[in-house]
Amino acid sequence: MKLLLKNTNIINPAQNLNTVADIFIVNGIIQKIGKQIECESDVDVYDLKGKIIAPGFMDMHVHLREPGYEHKETIETGLEAAAQGGFTAVCCMPNTNPPIDEASVVKSILQKAKNVLNGIVDLYPVAAATRGREGKELSPMIELSEAGAIAFSDDGSTIYNAEILRRAFEYSSMLNKVIIQHPEDPELSRNGVINEGVMSTILGLPGIPSIAEEIIIERDTRILEYTNGYYHAAHISTKNSVEQIRNAKKKGLNVTCEVTPHHFTLTEEVLGDYDTNAKMKPPLRTQNDIETLIDGLSDGTIDVIATDHAPHSFDEKEVEFLAAPFGIVGLETAVGLALTYLVNKKFLTIEQLIEKFSVNPRKILNLPVIKIEEGEKANLTIIDINKNWTVDVQKFKSKSKNSPFHNFVLIGKAVGIINNCNVYFSE
Amino acid sequence: MKLKSRHLLGLKGMDRNEIEFIFDTALNFREVLERPIKKVPTLQGKTIVNLFFESSTRTRISFELAERRLSADVVNFSVSGSSVAKGETLKDTARNIEAMKIDMVVIRHSSPGAAMFLSRVLKSSIINAGDGTHEHPTQALLDMFTIKEKFGKIDGLKVCIVGDILHSRVALSNIFGLKTMGANVAVCGPRTLIPRDLEKLGVKVYYDINQAIRNSDVLNVLRIQLERQDRVFFPSIREYHLYFGITKERIEKNNREIIIMHPGPINRDVEISADVADGSQSLILQQVLNGVAVRMAVLYLLGTQN
Amino acid sequence: MKIKSKILDAESLERTLKRLAHEIIEKNRGISSLAIVGIKTRGEFLAKRILQLINSIENGNVLLGTLDITLYRDDIRQKRLEQPELKGTEINFDITDKDIVLVDDVLYTGRTVRAAMDELMDLGRPKTIQLAVLIDRGHRELPIRADYVGKNVPTSETEEVKVLLKECDNEDAVFIIEREFV
Repeated sequence: MKLLLKNTNIINPAQNLNTVADIFIVNGIIQKIGKQIECESDVDVYDLKGKIIAPGFMDMHVHLREPGYEHKETIETGLEAAAQGGFTAVCCMPNTNPPIDEASVVKSILQKAKNVLNGIVDLYPVAAATRGREGKELSPMIELSEAGAIAFSDDGSTIYNAEILRRAFEYSSMLNKVIIQHPEDPELSRNGVINEGVMSTILGLPGIPSIAEEIIIERDTRILEYTNGYYHAAHISTKNSVEQIRNAKKKGLNVTCEVTPHHFTLTEEVLGDYDTNAKMKPPLRTQNDIETLIDGLSDGTIDVIATDHAPHSFDEKEVEFLAAPFGIVGLETAVGLALTYLVNKKFLTIEQLIEKFSVNPRKILNLPVIKIEEGEKANLTIIDINKNWTVDVQKFKSKSKNSPFHNFVLIGKAVGIINNCNVYFSE
Repeated sequence: MKLKSRHLLGLKGMDRNEIEFIFDTALNFREVLERPIKKVPTLQGKTIVNLFFESSTRTRISFELAERRLSADVVNFSVSGSSVAKGETLKDTARNIEAMKIDMVVIRHSSPGAAMFLSRVLKSSIINAGDGTHEHPTQALLDMFTIKEKFGKIDGLKVCIVGDILHSRVALSNIFGLKTMGANVAVCGPRTLIPRDLEKLGVKVYYDINQAIRNSDVLNVLRIQLERQDRVFFPSIREYHLYFGITKERIEKNNREIIIMHPGPINRDVEISADVADGSQSLILQQVLNGVAVRMAVLYLLGTQN
Repeated sequence: MKIKSKILDAESLERTLKRLAHEIIEKNRGISSLAIVGIKTRGEFLAKRILQLINSIENGNVLLGTLDITLYRDDIRQKRLEQPELKGTEINFDITDKDIVLVDDVLYTGRTVRAAMDELMDLGRPKTIQLAVLIDRGHRELPIRADYVGKNVPTSETEEVKVLLKECDNEDAVFIIEREFV
């Protein structure tokens, strides 16, 4: 495979790189970067004038649903959605059935991923931190790690028992692997389904108070401080969560966190007509929270943008509000939303955005940071920051269409990826 | 004049003219209810299904009477013995029933928003007869109609809703409706049973029942739902009655006229003492009568819309 | 609105009502069990005027009621632009064994009178129901006939009879107008 990308704006904050040049790729390896590269006739040439080439994006929080819930998503459809969304790598969460708490499950998932689109998307399974995700006993972390698990989490559930969390930090630190916590105190969130506040009062829906999230982050960082280890707070959503992470970072703790696109774009107000496609955990919060989340992204408190891609079938969401499952799909809208709501509004530079989508998740997961230079593997995401497009869930590659962003007009899109000797263009 | 929506899902968003229109219409049905033959042929040929996923005696009977007095054909569906027990979804159940050619659906369901959900998946007119802890619009309409009948107006009256506001659809519908009609709305109850940020809806909150009584023209006393409470919200029924119960002594100490309402069914000597419930200031039975008239008005207005 | 002809003016309308009042008294041999019931809206005003005439002729006190037949209309479930507003039935006496004279402005298809009779029957069991109308314009769709007619006016289907009364229209007059098609 020979590939020539012409006139493209190459940006990689990990190398302090921002230049316009051509890239010549042979068999998946960057052969040459330079101006006006000439080539022979057996080369595929793409003119990428006005487009950006970035190091391959990674979504470190995805639910692929396989094994167990293949009617919602499969490894195949999920990875196709990832490619469509501009991601060359995803982490899949362990709340499958059976859960990813045994090496054999890790291996079978990795095996399946290899065959999807010729393996263009790298899949990194996150294994359960506790057996059965039940929060009672540790999972076999070393064995899981050897099979290919990249991190540990009971996502969907919180590792609630403080002693188990302590031991999980201690044990996983031997592997230099991070514990990803879903921060939600189940007793405080109780039977809640949306943010507790004016909207829950108006809609008569049981509320999830912001403290349900904050109290866990507060506690977890204290345990982290005592034990040392690596802690990543998933999908933080409130003002105080941002402040707590900021303070923990000031103390020098190994703490990182992520935010989802829906939490920095939508407020609880969109729930006015009981749209089950806006029902997720953590719930959509308020404008005040959004502003703090964006501040956190901009000052580096929030390291990563991850989607918490949570597919559910149409019928599962087409029910009365209390009966609907939590979660929305995100892979195919994430980059567009981030470009529209963060870069276009000048809250983040394009370099910062690339850090959140590529550099930082790889650092957190202890993966080598991607370099765009001669001799390196070509692992790239192509972005058109000016592309005006309308979200149409029916065009999603994902098996599920549960998105509150249907018909949103976005400016900017990931239009293709290059990885593992393959090219994928999303149009 | 006509109602803006084909459905009655809640009082939030319904404007003052619409509520007045329902009241004016209900007055006509009050007159019909005084006739020797308390029935008019207006909705002949219309089929109305009462889809009750939660047990309810009085609301269902009130709706059924209203429907029959308008000459509609009535089908009752309740959870026991239904396909819901076999795992059928609300959408499937409702669509199957609608396929049998019905015109209107009166729904009671435990999930907030269930009525709005049905309005999206069915073609029929939907009337919300209580959706979980969200709204119960016909109850609030009949409460307000009763207040208006008593005082000749609602504007400027001080109405306090007492009890478990957090779990009450009656409270929320009354708050929306009374605010629209210009009343000063307050609530009173243990703080654990007051929804968060309620003040932001322009509602005054009392935690002292005597203070609430002193500052009210009307008390709308809610049922303490024994079956819904757990110890998280208040320590005991005894403590509730001692500190929030509407008793004769509290009413008499107040020394000015106050009207007592209750949407029923009453737990005597829990949220309200028997002598107050049966006393001269109580409009409880008037509410029941007005319930039929108001529901006839709503059914008439929605059933004759084009 | 295109006026084709004026059938009654204020003076002739007054004379017509007087004649109707006399006929009603005559036919009922007095006023002992008589009650006048107007059909809203204009029938109500005509009923009041006839009642006053009867009372002054007989020096009596005949009972008066009004009917809003909306709830009994047979076209209520059909498409219409406006929600049919209810104006209220007010009959504050027992109609059982009374001689009821229904009063309306124009008798046309007969459907309004059918609805009015049904409503009356639900209110009690009158001895007789009689019908007095200011104008009978023909085109009946039901087997109904008036006992007292102010004026028979043959019309075509494209025409409309417009009754104006002081109580709601500032003048007394009856016109035939050409119906406008939109």
